[in-house]
Amino acid sequence: MAAESFVKNLKKSAVAALWLSFLTMPIMVIRVDTVEKTIAWRWMHLVWMLVGSFVFALAWHFLMDRRDRGGAATDANVEPTPSRFAVWLANPRVNRPLMALGLLFATAFPFLFSVYQTNILISALIYVVLGLGLNITVGLAGLLDLGYVAFYAVGAYAYALLNHHFHLGFWAVLPVGGILGAFFGILLGFPVLRLRGDYLAIVTLGFGEIVRLVLQNWDAFSFGPSGVSNIDRPGFFGITYSVDQATTYIYYLALLGVLLAIFVSGRLKDSRVGRAWLALREDEIACQAMGIDNTKAKLLAFAMGATFAGFMGVVFAAKTTYINPASFTFMESAMILAIVVLGGMGSIPGVILGAFLLMLLPEYMRAFSQYRMLLFGATMILVMVFRPQGLIRARRKIYKVNINTVDKA
Amino acid sequence: MSETRRDAVLSVRNMSMNFGGLRALSEVDFEVRKGEVVALIGPNGAGKTTFFNCITGIYAPTEGEVLATARDGKTRRINGMRTNLVCELGMARTFQNIRLFASMTALENVMIGRHCRTREGLFGAIFRGPGTRREEQEVVDKSYRLLQKVGLENVANEYASNLPYGAQRRLEIARALATEPFLLLLDEPAAGMNPQETLELKEMVIQIRHEFDVSVLLIEHDMKMVMSLSDRIYVMEYGRVIATGTPAEVSADPEVIRAYLGEESDA
Repeated sequence: MAAESFVKNLKKSAVAALWLSFLTMPIMVIRVDTVEKTIAWRWMHLVWMLVGSFVFALAWHFLMDRRDRGGAATDANVEPTPSRFAVWLANPRVNRPLMALGLLFATAFPFLFSVYQTNILISALIYVVLGLGLNITVGLAGLLDLGYVAFYAVGAYAYALLNHHFHLGFWAVLPVGGILGAFFGILLGFPVLRLRGDYLAIVTLGFGEIVRLVLQNWDAFSFGPSGVSNIDRPGFFGITYSVDQATTYIYYLALLGVLLAIFVSGRLKDSRVGRAWLALREDEIACQAMGIDNTKAKLLAFAMGATFAGFMGVVFAAKTTYINPASFTFMESAMILAIVVLGGMGSIPGVILGAFLLMLLPEYMRAFSQYRMLLFGATMILVMVFRPQGLIRARRKIYKVNINTVDKA
Repeated sequence: MSETRRDAVLSVRNMSMNFGGLRALSEVDFEVRKGEVVALIGPNGAGKTTFFNCITGIYAPTEGEVLATARDGKTRRINGMRTNLVCELGMARTFQNIRLFASMTALENVMIGRHCRTREGLFGAIFRGPGTRREEQEVVDKSYRLLQKVGLENVANEYASNLPYGAQRRLEIARALATEPFLLLLDEPAAGMNPQETLELKEMVIQIRHEFDVSVLLIEHDMKMVMSLSDRIYVMEYGRVIATGTPAEVSADPEVIRAYLGEESDA
């Protein structure tokens, strides 16, 4: 059986390789030199093309076969049994020390590595929080929001402008950023209450662009494309410190933000509110027929996700000390959405992993920066084909039933 | 029809529903009394599910009145009331094409039903104080007990999508019961079940009515089940109620026989 399918795969791959080589021959093999008026036939390229595409096709078929043999695992509607690795990782005796180790490493990071590295990690941490925020809206409540960066911009501009005009400090504006984020979340939520799926995505996309364009064009309010500069770094009981120290300080703020975000979204996920969001995602009509107020649940999901972004916007403005509308393009929204989808919708460890992968890999693979978008696209395709649920699949909590009270009844 | 009887939990008067030019329901009078099992039968497309959707707030009826008497004894007009408020009032339904929350466990599906009977909010969820924890535990325990009632306690932590068909049907009933209804609306609960499962379902409905003190309104095509289970039957055809009465009366009604078996073309 296995040998048979292998021979079949060999044949398929050979055909694919031949076809591809034939199709790409004009550009890969023939080179016309218009100055010298000569034609160079680079036959070696054809060989490379043949071998390369053959190996690639074989690997692809092998992986596809393996995926299909997994059977149920590919069907999005059937929940597969967790792998042995996942079970091992879920054991508290394993993951508790691992988490402690990770936290220890994160705490010591600014002292072990350079300011440059710390700065990179701050960006990654900010994106972890943004990912966790969007995870509430998209992952839990299933409301596809393509304009999420607007709330981030609201937080950032809230700090930048209040600081510029009224010299308000970081700590005074931080809650304002969060509240403004929530307010804008509800503002977006109201008109889209009746929309779902593609329509919702389009409206949220438009909302994100509106916010960016307003910031870009309303010179009197937001200083237009030139942005706001000389934003104060966060204060610490009036102590002045160097840029390096400020970086370390912001690093710890971002870390604290991540821990808080993990805590809050973890608690929400398995609560009455979180379950209502999940029900909303799974089946809107049944959800409402079971007594859940859809309107309230939706607005709450938008507001909660936006609050995270509002807070992080303030942190971002304080970190860079300079912001302009170019930092809040649709690309950022797409990136955050990619973090959530790649990591695993609704899965907190998944989103964290996704954020680190998508933020850190491009930084540390600058050698391949030419191919960044190519690699990015290829990764997304591979993940969607082989792990449509994301890198780490969300799992539901197993509730402890209090047997005694059950028996008594 | 005569005046609403005092023990009616649901009475529908002269209700019509138009979709544009199509009259899906026309002047329907309907009544469910306390503790009754009432069946609504009729050929496909007669408007049975539309009727369900009208009384549960998914559609707002074009004309007529829907009155519900909740456990508190007050009678309310519920035409066009929001679906979740109808459910909160105490009318819980199941769906013809099963609508469970697929990626949630069986227990969680039932816990969703408890949503409108609990109050924990955002801050309670984040800080998880003693009040919240007590309420959570109560929700879990009550939901588990309901799973026991429908015989699904062994698969409490299975995802709903992994359950076999019959179990999914029973899970829907458990989820509806979790909302503490006074009226349970079952839309074709026996569809796709084999005779053995149908028999078990029937036993379960009888037991539930007794134990939870609910009235039951069901749409069903399985005549054996309808005839042996229901106290009264309404027969619909083309959006009208063509016959009402006990199973014996209805099965002898010439109109009903005509609707189901067709008219003789030539006498």
